[in-house]
Amino acid sequence: MTVGIVMLVHTALGRAEQVARHWSASGCPVVIHVDRSVPKKTYTAFVESLSDLPRVRFSKRHRCEWGTWGIVAASQAASELMLAEFADVRHVYLASGSCLPLRPVQELIDYLAARPRTDFIESATTADVPWTVGGLDQERFTLRFPFSWKRHRFLFDSFVKLQRRLGLKRKMPNGLVPHMGSQWWCLTRQTLSAILQDPERATYDRFFKRVWIPDESYFQSLARLYSSQIESRSLTLSKFDFQGKPHIFYDDHLQLLRRSDCFVARKIWPHANRLYEVFLTDAAGAMKRTEPNPGKIDRIFAKAVDRRTRGRAGLYMQSRFPNEGWENGVTSGPYSVFEGFSDLFEDFESWLTKATGARVHGHLFAPDRVEFAGGYSVMNGGLSDSAKLRDYNPRSFLCNLIWNTRGERQCFQFGPADTQAISWQIAKDPNAQISVISGAWAVPLFRSNRNFADIRKDAALLQKVESDHLDILRSPYVKARVRIWTMAEFIEAPMEPLQTILDEIGNRGLRRLSEVPKMADLEGFGQFLQNLKNQGMHPYLMGDFPVARDIQPPTQSSRKPYLVR
Amino acid sequence: MGVWQSYRLRLQRKRWLLRAWRKRRELRPVTDRTGKIKPGDILLFSTMRNEQIRLPYFLQYYRDMGVNHFLLVDNDSTDGSYDYLADQPDVSLWHTRHSYKRARFGVDWLNWLQTRHAHGHWSLVVDPDEFLIYPFCDTRPLRALTDWLDASSIKSFSAMLLDMYPKGPLDAQPYQAGQDPMEIANWFDAGNYSISRNKRFGNLWIQGGPRSRVFFPDKPEKAPALNKIPLVKWDRRYAYVSSTHMLLPRGLNLVYDEWGGEKASGVLLHAKFLDTFSVKAAEELSRKQHYAASVEYKAYAENLKSNPDLWCKWSEKYINWRQLEILGLMSKGNWA
Repeated sequence: MTVGIVMLVHTALGRAEQVARHWSASGCPVVIHVDRSVPKKTYTAFVESLSDLPRVRFSKRHRCEWGTWGIVAASQAASELMLAEFADVRHVYLASGSCLPLRPVQELIDYLAARPRTDFIESATTADVPWTVGGLDQERFTLRFPFSWKRHRFLFDSFVKLQRRLGLKRKMPNGLVPHMGSQWWCLTRQTLSAILQDPERATYDRFFKRVWIPDESYFQSLARLYSSQIESRSLTLSKFDFQGKPHIFYDDHLQLLRRSDCFVARKIWPHANRLYEVFLTDAAGAMKRTEPNPGKIDRIFAKAVDRRTRGRAGLYMQSRFPNEGWENGVTSGPYSVFEGFSDLFEDFESWLTKATGARVHGHLFAPDRVEFAGGYSVMNGGLSDSAKLRDYNPRSFLCNLIWNTRGERQCFQFGPADTQAISWQIAKDPNAQISVISGAWAVPLFRSNRNFADIRKDAALLQKVESDHLDILRSPYVKARVRIWTMAEFIEAPMEPLQTILDEIGNRGLRRLSEVPKMADLEGFGQFLQNLKNQGMHPYLMGDFPVARDIQPPTQSSRKPYLVR
Repeated sequence: MGVWQSYRLRLQRKRWLLRAWRKRRELRPVTDRTGKIKPGDILLFSTMRNEQIRLPYFLQYYRDMGVNHFLLVDNDSTDGSYDYLADQPDVSLWHTRHSYKRARFGVDWLNWLQTRHAHGHWSLVVDPDEFLIYPFCDTRPLRALTDWLDASSIKSFSAMLLDMYPKGPLDAQPYQAGQDPMEIANWFDAGNYSISRNKRFGNLWIQGGPRSRVFFPDKPEKAPALNKIPLVKWDRRYAYVSSTHMLLPRGLNLVYDEWGGEKASGVLLHAKFLDTFSVKAAEELSRKQHYAASVEYKAYAENLKSNPDLWCKWSEKYINWRQLEILGLMSKGNWA
């Protein structure tokens, strides 16, 4: 008893010949179906080249276009020939010209001999698997598909739409349950002949001729009727990408394929000389066995699909430029924006660096230059501190900075004196943690030594800018983690908000704050605000500062109680 | 996009093709070996002037990669590259004395040669100082990539220009003919590229890198574009619009994914900044044959006098394509 190989071939005939010889050398009979679109001359030469092998046959040629009945017709014809010509065949293995046996053929023969009644065919009901691409699953069976998807896409799509609109539906013949799965199967003579010699076969064939991609459902559905024992998996290793076309194996996949536990792999790049060299040797010359590790192959190809469909979060590059809302992460990692903190605290940046271990920049969006941490003129990835370069594309600038420093948290200061173009982007970025002490921009003005008229003008402008910015931070589109305190609120109890922010950054364990940043001296600040008010400029963003609040009542030393001993 | 606009783009494409057809008379065939081109061959197109010293390595690099035939335009070289190229068995050479600028920086000439010879072929358009890197280029030939692109029904492949520079002054290490230029210029900027979308043609507009950082910090909009689509399954109806930055029909410019995924892409290592550069820059400045009144070369000339070191603390040293992939400059996309 042996295994018969049915090979469907349409290109790279030279490789097909090599593989056919390999099967043949281990005593497996081979029936080859060559696509009818292969020119007559090439076909004859191919037949001629294999004429020295006694157990190789060629079946009647059909035109095999992807997704059409031709492939099923080809498999039927070739299988019939196989069953009729080679009585010693117990299992029939369907393979393609670009399949490559990974393990010695004798192992496959032994494996199948030990399971004489088992059919290896992947076969799942359509309702339960999410494999289908293009939204047609159940409808593959209920609609008609007379037009080619590859050549007449428009007709194909319109005819599907038309049938949906008219509510046209077909019924499965004889109550057959539709099943789908990999088109590469290995069936026993009993099951296969039962399918091929079924008195109802004409009915089934007529039905499946109008099903879309029948090669994934014809044998898969019918095997369910006759098989005594189905093992629903394919013995052929075949990985599919997000569009449903098979991944191709190259020379550099050699080590991976060695670790596969599958008997056959597809599809192999025809020019992968090394793969053909290594795997098409006799059992003696075959490489030493390695521990199978098929999980690794799965991971690599699953990752490829993931990269193509979801990509790396926060990356903008020549071949990934997501539309708004499709970024899968506007930036690549969390970062913090502090507004007003460096105005209120004198040594905020160095304190924050010490407290969190994060990289703390100054005002990245300062109008004159980018204030990178440490005053550097160039930052990770070659980002320049030129304000013009930054403002040319502030969005790219910030995304680049966060991407370039992956693994290290970035913090930066922001305020109404900065370029505001970035406001919306940080507000809509779930990675941003924005903490605002509103009105703190007044502190540097208060401490400056300038003419009051200028101060008043600046204060009015800054207040307007910050108010617009706060409107953005309070809009319903905000996805960032935003916290806003008025300055009055904040200085009541500065430790609590600071602790919350640091906990959220969470680098240095959950230790209580030991060192507190030094707050600017605010004596006279209430009066300063009152002066602004008196000049007609009402500062409201900092909350209520009573004029005399910071004037502490003079404390008198209490007299010692007089005691008589 | 409206019907009107697509009609206008169609007219524009016809105009470029017509212009290329007119400009064909400026090309005089020197050695025409195009009869040797077989169906399915990968072709390389390039225009050059006085690049003799770069040619041996350039040709070798792309031969090893699997390019089958070179179709080159020599724009009146005076350094012997003409004779050198005429002797190469896989090179077809054309010669012209006409203006590079008036042929839209060579685009018209190459559009014509491509229309004529590249129909149905994968066609690679690069300058002699550009070296294509694509995913798995260390283990798979270019044919593996084009076969995969064919199987995936992808017609154009993007490869961003990555400026390479040496550490230290440009003239510190002289380049020898046949040498790998990346032995000298092996540093690059990893993450300072600004990207925006060109609504009209659908392509991305990428600027940045050392040229932006050093030569154009005050005029970022003038910095050269780095987006390139050099590898295309050519059809005689296609036309490059401006260098290899964008093509028509505009569907070919959609080399990026807009729904969060990554498409496969490569990188063109740009070995412009060798010791040969200052001579070249001086010459180009006087010839005024380059883009936007050679504004680029003016900026170079100004800067090169004072501080010709492009290297900075955050420059990245080139290792291989996997490094570029990890840095996010290119992607394997769906190819595994």
